[in-house]
Amino acid sequence: MFEFKKSLATVLAVASLGGLLGATGAEAQTLKVVMHSDVKILDPIWTTAYIQRNHGYMVWDTLFAVDEKFDVKPQMVDKYSVSADNLVWTFTLRDGLEWHDGKPVTAEDCVASIKRWAARDSMGQKMMGSVANLEVVDAKTFKMNMKEPYGLVLQSLGKPSSNVPFMMPKKSAETDPMQQIKVEDVIGSGPFIFKADEWKPGEKIVYVKNTKYKPRSEPANGLSGGKVVKVDRVEWLAIPDVQTQVAAIQNGEIDMIEAPGHDLLPLLAKDKNIKLVNFNPTGNQYVFRFNSTAKPFDNAKVRHAVFVAFAQEDFLKATIGDPQWYKVCKAPFVCGTPFATDAGMADVLNGNAAKAKQLLTEAGYDGTPIVLMQSTDLQVLTNLAPVAKAQMERAGFKVDMVSMDWQTLVARRVKKEPPNAGGWHAFLTSWVAADILNPVMAGFYNASCEKAMFGWPCDETIEKYRDQFAKETDPAKQMQIVESLQKYWVDHPTHINVGQWYAPIARRTNIDGNLTAPVPVFWNVTKK
Amino acid sequence: MIDFIVRRLIAIIPVLTVVAILVFLMLRLTPGDPAAVIAGDNATSDQIADIRTKLGLNEPIWTQFVIWIGNMLQGNFGESFFFKKTVAELIAQRIEPTLALAVCTLIFAVSISVPIGVLAAYRQGSLVDRVVMGFSVVGFSVPGFVIGYCLIYVFAIELGWLPVQGYIRIGVNFWGFLERMILPSLTLSVGFIALISRITRASVLEVLNEDYIRTARAKGLSNRVVLMRHALRNAAVPILTVIGLGIAILIGGAVVTESVFGLPGLGRLTVEAVLSRDFPTIQAVILMFSVVYVVVNLLIDISYTLFDPRIRY
Repeated sequence: MFEFKKSLATVLAVASLGGLLGATGAEAQTLKVVMHSDVKILDPIWTTAYIQRNHGYMVWDTLFAVDEKFDVKPQMVDKYSVSADNLVWTFTLRDGLEWHDGKPVTAEDCVASIKRWAARDSMGQKMMGSVANLEVVDAKTFKMNMKEPYGLVLQSLGKPSSNVPFMMPKKSAETDPMQQIKVEDVIGSGPFIFKADEWKPGEKIVYVKNTKYKPRSEPANGLSGGKVVKVDRVEWLAIPDVQTQVAAIQNGEIDMIEAPGHDLLPLLAKDKNIKLVNFNPTGNQYVFRFNSTAKPFDNAKVRHAVFVAFAQEDFLKATIGDPQWYKVCKAPFVCGTPFATDAGMADVLNGNAAKAKQLLTEAGYDGTPIVLMQSTDLQVLTNLAPVAKAQMERAGFKVDMVSMDWQTLVARRVKKEPPNAGGWHAFLTSWVAADILNPVMAGFYNASCEKAMFGWPCDETIEKYRDQFAKETDPAKQMQIVESLQKYWVDHPTHINVGQWYAPIARRTNIDGNLTAPVPVFWNVTKK
Repeated sequence: MIDFIVRRLIAIIPVLTVVAILVFLMLRLTPGDPAAVIAGDNATSDQIADIRTKLGLNEPIWTQFVIWIGNMLQGNFGESFFFKKTVAELIAQRIEPTLALAVCTLIFAVSISVPIGVLAAYRQGSLVDRVVMGFSVVGFSVPGFVIGYCLIYVFAIELGWLPVQGYIRIGVNFWGFLERMILPSLTLSVGFIALISRITRASVLEVLNEDYIRTARAKGLSNRVVLMRHALRNAAVPILTVIGLGIAILIGGAVVTESVFGLPGLGRLTVEAVLSRDFPTIQAVILMFSVVYVVVNLLIDISYTLFDPRIRY
């Protein structure tokens, strides 16, 4: 037996040595990361999924970008100006911008990119509604001629989250917006270069440092400033099992996990070689979405009753648990962001079942069971629906909670059939704060009936406020509009914000430099 | 023999036809919409509808089926809804880890289970027999992922001997490949060893009571020769049968094992495709697994003739 053990140890030792010999010296500067998902699609304009957005930030650059405080700063743009009547915006690109194939970035490329992005993005569509045309002045300059003043030009071009207006070469940007760009067209001007020959879906995606990239001179700040890459290579490895991810980082096989499950955070926190870092202090927001076309949620008073019945902390305790990773925050536009306000929120989200019951009686609720969809396979969402069910039942609702996997929910939520015939009344999801910074950006405020997102709220007043907000160029007046909208929206909710939560990254202690930003980015990150 | 092989190969056609129809219909009838998955959370209903049209999902179900079958007959497995790659390319990329896992598992399983099964039969009722049968019960009962996590904890985290996860292609670094194969194939072997050792024990026990074994012993042959040349060879047919049936266990187990150990194989491709409702990929992978299963069992049937000269086709 001893002999056998000795032989096994020898074989394993040789095997380990072999592994070490097989490694290259360059590995010291390779950052190995497990992201929240594998990259299956390479076109960040074609889909709004967050993993494609993160991939986009590696490869492509943006005209503008937000800093830590969500102030919009120039990125690829060197200088810009707007005419006194707010009808002509002129943008001039920085010197030395180059695509990864060595060709210069031109104004023509940017115009084509803006058009493709705007065809897919709701904020882009809204902006283009006020744009007369985009005009190329010279190789580095283009103009945006407006039909009317529009207050969100910079916020749109500097939109930090899905869909991000990434600038692509004209050839890629002329791809039909409803089709993906080709693998060979994944050419950006960003700080990393995508290695098409090493991309193995389900295994890894590889980026190498773009040595020709010219960072801005300002220090990196949020998504803005100098994008200085401090590693040679970044590999995003696909390890689907969360327990294996944790074992791999403990064993030093990977350097970082973007989104370790909250139940595994105590285990990671105990390991002296691993540090948990909350790089995104505005975090995420849980949301309860109504189907405003289905009875009884077609009645605003019934929806308001749910708002009154809910208490945020119960949702957060049930899903996140540890208070250091959540925040009770009534502000729908997320605490810590420019349009955060509690205006109109005093009487809601207090878990007032008695008041909710009274509202339901006044609204004439007839006991129709509420079909509440529960996603069971995404840990951060699973426990939300049972809490919603309990709080609604306490207020007098009848709730039929239907459990399903997330992809089934995603398919069902676009169905407009009656809830008892394959449709739905409500479900819970989560937004990254950077997606919901104002009423135009936040898709669930879109109340344009058929054109709105699933749930299809139809409310002229909300739409009027959204239009006013978009066209207002004075930030102070924009804030007034937000407050007015919010006060109205509380009584006519399209959805309910049920708490803010944070997902720290786990990184080995030899890794540093993750920027405070709404999106995980890999410039400025160092590996010792 | 050739007639037999040809007949069996022809019999694959109706099997695959039934599998194709079932897989196609089940995917269309289960809830889930690949267009909604592709579009992402921020997409509007119009955007999702546009993607459905582009993917051809708005066509009547029979039209979709005919198009798919037509393409399959021309050797075109279609293009994945998600990756801008053909399904054939995806399978080609993912087949090596699964094949390596299957081969390593078979080697592990057969080289351990057959000797311990024979030993258990030879020492029937002894402590060795009870230990082997006890292991067999545990091997059947404990889920593969639990075994995997335990092995990771002991050999990777505590002892630091082996890596937790990942795959290195055999041609790139042989030792890297080997050290990443040990834990997954050991994990997958456990159930397989339990199954084969039990069948081996039962088959050898049956043979050991035969007259020709008594004759062999009477001739003065050693126990080793009696066991290996006479008993095991005659017990081989049921053992081979169970190894063939075990390929199904291997395929099912690969799905879990590849996920636990981060192996980018066909098992994980199947899971990813199912979760994202990537119909062309699911259909092709399941059809491929069906072909593998049928062909492996054909090979097992043919191999019977090597061990038992009475069997002729």
